[in-house]
Amino acid sequence: MSGPIHIRSDETFTLNVGPQHPATHGVLRVKMEMDGEYIVKAETVLGYIHRMHELMGENRTYPQVLPNLSRLDYLGALGYTHGHVLAVERAAGIEVPERAEYIRAITVELNRIASHLFWFGAFVMDLGGFTPLMYAIEDREHILDLLEAVTGSRLTYCYYRFGGLYNDVDDDFIAATKAVIPRLRKSLKKYDALVTGNIIFEKRLKDIGPISAEMCRKYGATGPVARGSGIDFDVRKNEPYSVYPEFDFDVPVYHECDSLARYKVRMDEMEQSLRIIEQGIEKLPDGPIMPKKKPKLIKPPKGDYYQAVETARGSFGIRIVSDGTKNAYRFKLRSPTYSNMHMFDEACVGMMIMDALAMMGSLDLVIPEIDR
Amino acid sequence: MIKDTVKQALQDLFPDPEPVVEEPVVETAEEDEADGDKKKPAKKKEKPRLNGVLERDHAEHGYDIDVQLEPGELLAAVMILDKAGFFIESITGVDWIKEKQLEVVYDFSRYDFDVCRVVIRTRTPRSEPSVPTISKIYSGANWHERETHDFFGIKFEGHPHLIPLLLPEDADFHPLLKDFKP
Repeated sequence: MSGPIHIRSDETFTLNVGPQHPATHGVLRVKMEMDGEYIVKAETVLGYIHRMHELMGENRTYPQVLPNLSRLDYLGALGYTHGHVLAVERAAGIEVPERAEYIRAITVELNRIASHLFWFGAFVMDLGGFTPLMYAIEDREHILDLLEAVTGSRLTYCYYRFGGLYNDVDDDFIAATKAVIPRLRKSLKKYDALVTGNIIFEKRLKDIGPISAEMCRKYGATGPVARGSGIDFDVRKNEPYSVYPEFDFDVPVYHECDSLARYKVRMDEMEQSLRIIEQGIEKLPDGPIMPKKKPKLIKPPKGDYYQAVETARGSFGIRIVSDGTKNAYRFKLRSPTYSNMHMFDEACVGMMIMDALAMMGSLDLVIPEIDR
Repeated sequence: MIKDTVKQALQDLFPDPEPVVEEPVVETAEEDEADGDKKKPAKKKEKPRLNGVLERDHAEHGYDIDVQLEPGELLAAVMILDKAGFFIESITGVDWIKEKQLEVVYDFSRYDFDVCRVVIRTRTPRSEPSVPTISKIYSGANWHERETHDFFGIKFEGHPHLIPLLLPEDADFHPLLKDFKP
């Protein structure tokens, strides 16, 4: 080609972010129409790691599909398996011993902290600070060691059973958990001093990426994203399940609606999870971890059952339509990031691309969980 | 209690819930039953559910109000929930192959402490499944409807961008239909 290239000033161009892009933390593609550095229109393209867990849920028996649930969200897998066992227990009417529920709550909260820690490191790395990731991974490692000792795996846990747990926790676990709490408290203070007040960090996030409460409602956003927009909504409080009513904890809510608010919500949530773990260990009752009477073959009676749980990313829902056989007739997974990510298309219009990617980080995306 | 007000508002959509004899709704229901009986053995089957509002036990089912309605009444019902401040949780389908119907299930819930999950169901014939879109009321329905279209082939009338979301862009199959063969 010869001759000068003329670019009109009102011309836009299409920018492909992903499917392989470090900022998306997985295989997610966003088609952006750009006017210079500003986004005119964005369209998220999903499905690069879609595995059809819902069909697998119909083709397999309830216990067989249990390991699938931890493949949804590799950072906070216990929350998702918790949702599944609770849904099936609700449908089949299985009683759970109190000790098992307490241990579930403790391990779910440990997993939530591990997930938030990793998000914290990756989020700050998105914004250009590499060091916090190293600190966060080190702390997370302690939690993973704890969970590995009781569950046998480090990421894709399959620890809960219908009616209880796979194995009981021992005194070593209790002692190690007690030891890790003050350590994490110290670390959270350190992160606060290291990152939160940082002027560059604040300038990148404050008043950037606004998501209003009304927008959250229209899109069904939940979890830290909704709580950063001033919505006091936590399934553990609003629709209590398991033994959460026994615990005294707060739900951090920020009203600024910006990326910084979502960051602060998660940082505060870790402290609240520590409180739950502390109380859980204190109150941990003795007793069995599996019920005495449990059906050999799980066949929930005919009907339609829904169970919502609060995972690290928001409200995760499972719908089981049972026709009375050992397989589910319909197995629907409502993943929180799916709804949270949907807002991105609308929220990022008019933003600069670097701010949009900072906002995407603040949504805490885990792609396998969106694609299912 | 929001539950009672919403239940009353939804109840108003159904003109006369008590005398079910000369309702046209009942006729379709009876037809379905006849279809089902031909295929199934003589074992007494429970009757297909009639349209209307049911109150459910939250502890047992996980939701409070269960509404079944015709696709034509869907928008009116969703608007009631929108006005009452509900947020959209999910949309999905269920393939009732024996009754030759596809069911679309909408979940709505609330952000406040007045726990109330409302489930709206509507049924559409399996041969030509189509329901109106609610993405004009709830923007978040956009992806949920696209996903339901992927999995079940249900057409959402008026949807702005009904192309495959999770399946490949050239997918012409609907994996969650019960007669799907991979």
